[in-house]
Amino acid sequence: MEDNKPTFDKILNDLTHHIRINKGFLLWMGFLSVSLLICLYAYSLQLKTGLGVAGIRDYITWGIYLSNFVFFVASSLIGMLISAVLGLIGMKWITPLTRIAETIAVAFAAVAGLVIVSDMGRPERLAYVFIYGRAQSPIFWDVTVITTYFVLSLLLLFLPMIADMAIIHRKSTSLPGWLKPVYKTLSLNFTDSPEQNKIINRCIRILLILVIPAALSIHTVTSWLFAVTSRAGWDSTLFGPYFVSGAFVAGSAAVIIAMFFFRKNYKLQDYLTDLHFSNMGKVLVTVSLVYLYFNINEFLVPGYKLKRADAVHLHELLAGKDALLFWLVQTGGLLIPIILMMFKPFRKPLPIMLISVAVLIAAWIKRYLIVIPTQEHPFLPIQHVPQNFMHYSPTLIETLISIAPFILVLIIITLISKFFPVIPLHETAKEKGIEHIKFD
Amino acid sequence: MEYNNNSHLPDGAENQKAASRRNFLKNLGLAGVGVATGAAALYSGGIFEAKKEVSGDSKVLLTQDGKLVRVDSLEIKAHEKSGEELSESLCRGGIPGRRWVMVTDLSKCRNARRCIAACQEAHQLRPEQYHLNTLQIQDTPATAPYHIPKNCQHCDNPPCVAVCPVDATYKRPDGIVLIENDRCIGCRFCMAACPYSARIFNWLEPRDAAKYQDKEYNAELNVPQKLGTVSKCLFSADRLREGELPYCVSACPNGVYYFGDENEDSVTNGTTRETVRLSKLLRDNGGYQLMPELGTKPRVYYLPPKNRLFPFENINPETPEKV
Repeated sequence: MEDNKPTFDKILNDLTHHIRINKGFLLWMGFLSVSLLICLYAYSLQLKTGLGVAGIRDYITWGIYLSNFVFFVASSLIGMLISAVLGLIGMKWITPLTRIAETIAVAFAAVAGLVIVSDMGRPERLAYVFIYGRAQSPIFWDVTVITTYFVLSLLLLFLPMIADMAIIHRKSTSLPGWLKPVYKTLSLNFTDSPEQNKIINRCIRILLILVIPAALSIHTVTSWLFAVTSRAGWDSTLFGPYFVSGAFVAGSAAVIIAMFFFRKNYKLQDYLTDLHFSNMGKVLVTVSLVYLYFNINEFLVPGYKLKRADAVHLHELLAGKDALLFWLVQTGGLLIPIILMMFKPFRKPLPIMLISVAVLIAAWIKRYLIVIPTQEHPFLPIQHVPQNFMHYSPTLIETLISIAPFILVLIIITLISKFFPVIPLHETAKEKGIEHIKFD
Repeated sequence: MEYNNNSHLPDGAENQKAASRRNFLKNLGLAGVGVATGAAALYSGGIFEAKKEVSGDSKVLLTQDGKLVRVDSLEIKAHEKSGEELSESLCRGGIPGRRWVMVTDLSKCRNARRCIAACQEAHQLRPEQYHLNTLQIQDTPATAPYHIPKNCQHCDNPPCVAVCPVDATYKRPDGIVLIENDRCIGCRFCMAACPYSARIFNWLEPRDAAKYQDKEYNAELNVPQKLGTVSKCLFSADRLREGELPYCVSACPNGVYYFGDENEDSVTNGTTRETVRLSKLLRDNGGYQLMPELGTKPRVYYLPPKNRLFPFENINPETPEKV
């Protein structure tokens, strides 16, 4: 590819030809919208009847709404890892992945905020968090840092796109007419002048540095929702890094899956190459190994001491009621993927996508195993209550409401990727040796 | 300190009956003896005015906020309960000068669960909702099982209050942890944080919601219960404001509960109405707290299940029906 230099027009066409409304897009969006409506109907039932339509009760009071929230916050962290960490240490191969990673970050962070509203007994009082907000509550910290991270990620998605939109609305012949004024407005009169580039690059650099503590904060604070309590299984000083490393695993898997489908559907084989998949595989192995290390710490240390409450919790998790799920997640979502991805053939696009799907499903179940089993054995016994207070199982309505955020994320990712270039055009052109793009 | 031991709660019908009786007496009074009483009042008023000038001896009294004051004995009048409504600041301020404390004697509990019934009635709770629950506990295989009434421990370092994002649950100066259901957003972080599992949630429409929908909300009673918000034991703050013992304490037939004021170092048994020194009771009987190692500093003390007065009856600790 480096040998025969592609022309600018080819790059422009390759990266923007998918920006149009076609039948496939309409069908896909139609399917998503109808599914979302069904889920919203389920939510309307919850609004009318109360949180009791879900399977959660007085002892297991946080169910899949909350494990879902943790999962969404986790998946959004990847934007920071790819753009900021890998970008700032000078990895060049990440250029075509940065926008995918930021899109995932924006979509998951935005929806995480909505997921938590579905878990509120009084969603109409959401504003009270700001009106009566108390600085000592981790929920207040969580709201603050997630909002911050969302804004930073949105800016990191938007700023590098300014140049792209300026080029496309001037040069592209295939851009739909109705998108032209949108692009023109959003490109903020960018003309590729050295001064403008200097400002944008400086802003991006500052944002890349700021987004690192913000991203670390969102998942560390989310872990503290659990770690600040005394309950067995949550009472851990390791929870912050344990959650953050797990988040990178989930997010890397999400990026690989997105890469696979963008490459296939938008015909980006020349830009998302086997090398990118292989490298992302290496990233996934690395973060999985770090996560494995934290898992060993998290289970071995309390397991060695077996304090009374810890013993009950660990027994249920490792050999009791939740053992099947637990070992499925630890082997199928962590050990086996690590071993497989160490071999090059498994880092080809299709195998690594399939491995990533397994990793992502395991990541969701892992959050379930972090949130729910701990509540099933509190310090004092659960007695004189109905059976469904003692064991949690999600209801149909609750499941539908929990599917809604996934549909929303898919809608956001689809819209962003469909109407904007998935691969950064301006940067790619420069990296491919096209020094100057003429602005008329 | 003296308490009225009034465990009986008048229900709606009796309230109505009492009201019509009062109306009858009022009418009778107006029609029949109105003039006579008026004259008598004027006369006695005249005497009082005259006597006030020749001031008699004085007495030293304790005011509500714990100050000693000297009052002329003729100035002393019976306290009338004010009809003013419970404002938010009054509620959050607690009852001045008090530090409420509860002592539960496990050697006397035979799991009569009358305390639970009184509590659920007062706070309009469904049968599976407990502000107070008696649990069957056996600490080790070799030690004897016992029943332990478990309510909110009204911790002095309450984990629930720390995590509340909107200041809906708060600690009062008199030691009580309360919830303002008009502010609670239903995030249930407090429930997750409580190591005693003392908090419950109104997952569905509360019991008799239609019946109580027009009733004014009382934060010291958590009544009416509100959908989508948290509820829990309040040490019957409404009864304490009236100078009476909590509902559960008065309802116990077996003398399990003592309740009182740490500042006065005295607690009163709800069954025998015997008032004893708190410090002596705890010292002589090996009083302890639940999970003190967590640093929550509970305001509920337990006396060990030693020399139990009743045999332990194992009852099925599950209620089968699904809610």
